[in-house]
Amino acid sequence: MSTLLEIHDLTIWFDTDEGPVLAVNGLSLALEPAQVLALVGESGCGKTVTALSLLRLAPPNARVTGQARFDGKDLLAMPGRQLRAVRGRQISMVFQEPMSSLNPVFTVGRQIAEVLRRHRKLSNRDANARAVELLDLVRIPAALRRMEEYPHQMSGGMRQRVMIAMAVACDPKLIIADEPTTALDVTIQAQVLDILRDLRERFGTAILLITHNLGVVADIADRVVVMYAGHKVEQAPVGELFATPQHPYTIGLLGAVPRRQTHQSADRRLAEIPGLVPVLRQTPTGCVFAPRCTRRTDPCQVTTPELTPIPPDQHVACLHPGTRQEVPA
Amino acid sequence: MTVTPVDPQPALTLTARALRRRRARRRFTARPLAVAGALGVALVVIFAVFAPLLSPVDPNAPNFDTVLAGPSPHHLAGTDQLGRDVLSRLFYGARSALLAGVLSTLLATVVAVPVGLLAGYYRRILDAVVMRIMDVALAFPFLVLAVGLAAVLGPSLVNATLALGIAQIPVIVRITRGEVLAARELDYVAASVVNGSGSATIMARQILPNVLSPVVVQATLTIPTAIVGAAILSYLGLGVQPPTADWGAMLSEARIYLSQAPWLGVFPGLAIFLTALSFNLLGDGVRDALDPRMRP
Repeated sequence: MSTLLEIHDLTIWFDTDEGPVLAVNGLSLALEPAQVLALVGESGCGKTVTALSLLRLAPPNARVTGQARFDGKDLLAMPGRQLRAVRGRQISMVFQEPMSSLNPVFTVGRQIAEVLRRHRKLSNRDANARAVELLDLVRIPAALRRMEEYPHQMSGGMRQRVMIAMAVACDPKLIIADEPTTALDVTIQAQVLDILRDLRERFGTAILLITHNLGVVADIADRVVVMYAGHKVEQAPVGELFATPQHPYTIGLLGAVPRRQTHQSADRRLAEIPGLVPVLRQTPTGCVFAPRCTRRTDPCQVTTPELTPIPPDQHVACLHPGTRQEVPA
Repeated sequence: MTVTPVDPQPALTLTARALRRRRARRRFTARPLAVAGALGVALVVIFAVFAPLLSPVDPNAPNFDTVLAGPSPHHLAGTDQLGRDVLSRLFYGARSALLAGVLSTLLATVVAVPVGLLAGYYRRILDAVVMRIMDVALAFPFLVLAVGLAAVLGPSLVNATLALGIAQIPVIVRITRGEVLAARELDYVAASVVNGSGSATIMARQILPNVLSPVVVQATLTIPTAIVGAAILSYLGLGVQPPTADWGAMLSEARIYLSQAPWLGVFPGLAIFLTALSFNLLGDGVRDALDPRMRP
């Protein structure tokens, strides 16, 4: 299988009033067809801007360098016309906020049908019929009746399913899902993940899933890339990541997941990582996580850790990798 | 993807749409003030259109036998200093009021909405240039600007309409541009970009329909202002020229005779006031009925 999406050395600087800020530094990752890759990290670590920059939707003050080869063509260097053909047809996106991602003045049926008319050149009638099928596909009950409804008549979960229906309307090879379940409650979240999983299995759609929710990652992802302050700190198949996390940041993230309390840990507080994600005003020297890291040693402050493979298929950027579960206080 | 095809059943589509329309109509008719406004506007329009049929006599024919006569069965609104029938002149005056008021607003909207849309969408230099020009124009109060423009263009109904229209442009550009700036950052615009829409599609299909509502509200609010403005221009002699009947011009002429013949001032004044009020009520009613956020 050839690689579907290959990001190489993606670097994003933001020009702000206080000077440039480094949002993403030298990020590389690869996504195979029909694979679900999760990009995980806390707020402000550069996940979303990475996703947006793939479709060249990054804010105007962002300077994006590097390559993002999709089907062999660099999305970041592609002329606008070609890019428009890729958007929607080959790559589509599901946003975090279903409440604001649909146009309030048109019925949902019309919005889905419009995508089909534009890209597939379907007639009105065919586009409408297909839109009903799509609503059916994302398990919206009474799809025919729902076609005529406006977004505000639907719940958040329903709207998110409409968004997914729009995203898959043209059989894209890749769906970028930016926190698709964050705004939804847990039962609806599970349904939406089921739909995404279903799409992957039935149509071989690859999914780049952006999330901070490790529960979602465990549920649906094949591979995981952990980001911290714009850097890839760890990459692993989902099983390995949860079983043998190597990077102290990953371990910290996993420690912050609430678990059912057992008798010996009934009074255990959720582990937290002290400190905040740093704002990088220049390319950092040393490990970006060092200021918050319990394994910090002097070399960490000066040596930027390279991404090193840990067999069979794990990569970690840390001078002191290891699976120690408890991070000493 | 293969899913069992479902017949879209156009009949159902139609009923749902008809239902929505009926609901909007019902919401409008449920407001007595809105209905009153609509009736008022309809009445003014009828007066303007059928002025020749409704007028008992020629509005411009002087009759020196009955000069400055008070309201009577013969002249329901009295006569003016030349013995012309005030009621007939009121009917004909509705024409210039509507033309100057509604046309100028229409003109301003047609010009200002695309300008505001482009400025707000493309931002950068275009936005900076357009908005600085609008800022300069906005530095003058609406009426001062309209009076100045009318004075430069020369007194006539067409020029008064043009002047009122141009004077309204900056406000509408500003409102449109502000709404566009907010709308273009919304997720559904980004979603449309992701779906491969070009700039023209995004502006026309995603942004414009969503910014139109405040623009329409602004336009309906400026129609009465423009009607009053038209009357003021005529009052100042910058609009409709005598002997053509116009409410503002009638007020102006009435000034001298106000103590002997108060009806000369009262009736055109009432006409202006009631027309402006009717348009305001109608505008509010239309907005309330059509606002998508108020749909059940």
